[in-house]
Amino acid sequence: MVRVVKLELKGITKRFGSLVANDHIDVVVESGQIHCLLGENGAGKSTLMNVLYGLYEPTEGEILIDDIPVTFRGPGDAMAAGIGMVHQHFMLVPVFTVAENVALGAETTKSGGFLDLDDTRRKIREISDRYGFDVDPDALIEDLPVGVQQRVEIIKALVRDAKVLILDEPTAVLTPQDTDELLDIMRQLKSHGTSIVFISHKLREVKAVSDTITVIRRGKVVGKADPEASTTELASMMVGRAVSLTLDKAPANPQETTFEVKDLTVIAPSGQHVVDGISFGIARGEILAIAGVQGNGQTELTEAILGLHDRVHGSIVLDGEEILGRSVKDVLNAGVGFVPEDRSLDGLIGTFSIAENLILDRYDQAPFAKGISMSPAKVLENAKTRIEEFDVRTPSGMLAAGTLSGGNQQKVVMARELSRPLRLFIASQPTRGVDVGSIEFLHKRIVRERDQGTPVMIVSTELDEVIELADRIAVLYKGRLVGIVPAGTGRDVLGLMMAGVSLDDAQADAAVKHPAHRPADNPVDTPADTTATNPAPAAPAAQEPGSGAVGDHHE
Amino acid sequence: MSTTATSPVPGQPQQGKPQPDKNRRQAESAKPVTWKLPVTLSVLATVAFIFFGLLGPQATAKFGVSSGGDFFQLPAIEVPAFLSGIVLSLILLGLAGYALVLKARQNQRPPRWLPAVFTVVFVVAFLIWVVGGARTPSISLAGLLAGSVTLAVPIVFGSLSGVLCERAGVVNIAIEGQLLGGAFTAALVASLTHNPYLGLLAAAVAGALVSMVLALFSIKYVVNQIIVGVVLNVLVSGLTGFLFTTVMQSDPEKYNSPGELPNIEIPVLSGIPVIGPILFKQSVVGYLMYVAVIVIWIGLFKTKWGLRVRAVGEHPQAADTLGIKVNATRFWNVTIGGAVAGIGGSFFTLVAIDSFTKEISGGRGFIALAAMILGRWNPIGAFFAALLFGFADNLQSIVTIIGTPVPSQFMAMLPYVVTVFAVAGLVGRSRPPAADGIPYVKG
Repeated sequence: MVRVVKLELKGITKRFGSLVANDHIDVVVESGQIHCLLGENGAGKSTLMNVLYGLYEPTEGEILIDDIPVTFRGPGDAMAAGIGMVHQHFMLVPVFTVAENVALGAETTKSGGFLDLDDTRRKIREISDRYGFDVDPDALIEDLPVGVQQRVEIIKALVRDAKVLILDEPTAVLTPQDTDELLDIMRQLKSHGTSIVFISHKLREVKAVSDTITVIRRGKVVGKADPEASTTELASMMVGRAVSLTLDKAPANPQETTFEVKDLTVIAPSGQHVVDGISFGIARGEILAIAGVQGNGQTELTEAILGLHDRVHGSIVLDGEEILGRSVKDVLNAGVGFVPEDRSLDGLIGTFSIAENLILDRYDQAPFAKGISMSPAKVLENAKTRIEEFDVRTPSGMLAAGTLSGGNQQKVVMARELSRPLRLFIASQPTRGVDVGSIEFLHKRIVRERDQGTPVMIVSTELDEVIELADRIAVLYKGRLVGIVPAGTGRDVLGLMMAGVSLDDAQADAAVKHPAHRPADNPVDTPADTTATNPAPAAPAAQEPGSGAVGDHHE
Repeated sequence: MSTTATSPVPGQPQQGKPQPDKNRRQAESAKPVTWKLPVTLSVLATVAFIFFGLLGPQATAKFGVSSGGDFFQLPAIEVPAFLSGIVLSLILLGLAGYALVLKARQNQRPPRWLPAVFTVVFVVAFLIWVVGGARTPSISLAGLLAGSVTLAVPIVFGSLSGVLCERAGVVNIAIEGQLLGGAFTAALVASLTHNPYLGLLAAAVAGALVSMVLALFSIKYVVNQIIVGVVLNVLVSGLTGFLFTTVMQSDPEKYNSPGELPNIEIPVLSGIPVIGPILFKQSVVGYLMYVAVIVIWIGLFKTKWGLRVRAVGEHPQAADTLGIKVNATRFWNVTIGGAVAGIGGSFFTLVAIDSFTKEISGGRGFIALAAMILGRWNPIGAFFAALLFGFADNLQSIVTIIGTPVPSQFMAMLPYVVTVFAVAGLVGRSRPPAADGIPYVKG
């Protein structure tokens, strides 16, 4: 059988210039265990694993395999030592077949350097059969769904005889169902003797599969945790203070529908209909959350509303006025607040000061501008108020926005967008890569905007965030609207819908499953999650908000 | 679903899901089919119908097939220009119509053979039209084709250089400089040593040296690859021009009389009409060309080396995480590419003309770049694309001799018109290596 390996990281320190990404980290991965590294974004988990995989050289410390110190000069050395890694962003060549990707770097050759892909195919089938992966060795990677691509990555590691498998945020790109399958695969791998280092910030998954949990905060190990510990305990360890997992949200009080999208279609340069005939409306004082796996048209939908796309058909009406076809500036002036999904790319200008970033959309309007001149004093004054109001942690508004942490950057974007009277508020991935403390704050601000009577549209790929914030949930799949469901709809139903299953089928499917109760360690259902055991998702029970939502956001 | 209800194994209940998911994804993942190709073909077919068909010449075009040296003689082909113009352009219209119908009815891409067949028929129709309208409506087909191959040789080598570099992710604009450097060095070394074979070898070294400068700056110092390439072309052009006037012209006997590489005729086989002179009556450089095309193709697509090279050009990070040295692979590929182009350059001074003159490569390095794109970064594709350019080049000089209705200046434009069409991507979808031109910096 597989040789078992004990892996030990001793006093690993990694500095990038003055930044200490890892500070004397000690981790021991016992053989045949699923060892979870839990920590917020930017805590230093990925850096640590890149050190272990030979991509970075540690500044200090050593790696021990079976108590023997080893030095990795590159990933090749790490692989030779039996360490495999599945990166957060897959390392697969899209135009190669599965077999070619698996063979790459560890090719079997016939005489003369000729590739022997048959041998690779055989190995893939062997592993695929053993774990029930169902992977065709001759399929092109770019044609495969994300979940299958991830299995190819796992096969890649197993073909190289990995005894320790590092999974870096493996569930970030998966639907809830794919996630369950992955957790299941992890258990299978464990039973075959492979140790797994599981990097995550998603408490639900961590609790479901881990044998040991090491919590990392700001580059340091802050302690070990028991997988039996409650989500609240784990969350506070990860964040370093007590956090409230529940969002106090009054029930929605929807008034008249003032924002309406009808038959909206967005055509990409490739000719593909990335948004395909979508219709929905949002009432004042209501949050509509758009759920879906990344890349199913959410980005294009929000951008189309803002006027960033050229080839858009249909109609977008705000307060009785058509806003489709108007310039972005007109749309903003019509009272649309917009938080883009990638704040560093579209939300902020990193080299500009915080104060300047806070008026990016109103730099030419009073009181900040008079004729052709700007009034720096007014700009700074505005910055002071906003920084205080939104609790942006910075010594000065004159600092470049790019120097702020993710959470504080997001607060700046949110502060800018919420500091004028709005008639529609759109926030795309409002808490992606944001620390837990800021998430709480940002969510409260979003709810407050709703309570002031603004129609609010949230786009999030995180089901937990959707469930927590939404008054109604619209699910997108391949640019089409699968359906709109009320808040409190079961996680199972939403998950199926995110995979393109229609609402009716999803409900039927979820209902069939429930009579046969799942085991206690079931990946998606923490004991606190009441909806999952609800036999009739069509009549949803009260969802406990925020169960495990802490840190459920990704980089 | 019945099995899932009875199975309490976690993960199992999801079995019902991937099926619809997977099927849909696979159906939709293909790139959308555009109207570009069917419309382009239709326009070309209509042009062919009007000019080659309706306005075609009434004469009979005569194509000589055999040359004096063949071991058996075939009669010349005589075709009525007007009739064949009509027939061939109707075939073209049919092909274009088929492509249109496929797109309109089933939203399908035309089969892969269609553009190729279309091109061949179009060229034949064009040829008959040109020859039929000439003052002396008779040309030697064998001569035309053999001449095309000859003119294509440096272009083929150049495009192979491009394939080698760009498959590894480095844009090689410096092909022109590599050809020119090869041509100059071949002439100089062959003159000094009185051995054209040493000249050939020196050309490869010179091309590789030019390439190493490109590799050094674009890989190690991460300078924009296009800019380095352009600068290298100017540098080599200036340097060879300077040395030509100051050194070579001071004593052409000594420095610029390389002597020719002999033509090697393979007995019997070279006597086959049409094919014989193309395949079996070549200079060493010509034979090397065929070898290079095949070896590079096999190397890229059938060996471990090729898999790694392509991975480096498509997704260098993935290659890096698998322990492949990305920048070293790129460096050596660019160097080998330069050597290949250098050999192509020696063709100018050791085979075509037996002396060096300024700018002897005459922009063929850029045509080679176009051939590489038209050939979709595939050595065999690039070979045939280069042949097409060689053909256009040769046709131009032949029709000038026989006298055609079209001004020869327009014929001279032909290779460049074809290039523009090719590079604009009008002939099918061409997809460069994903990391082409993007430097790889670790971390």
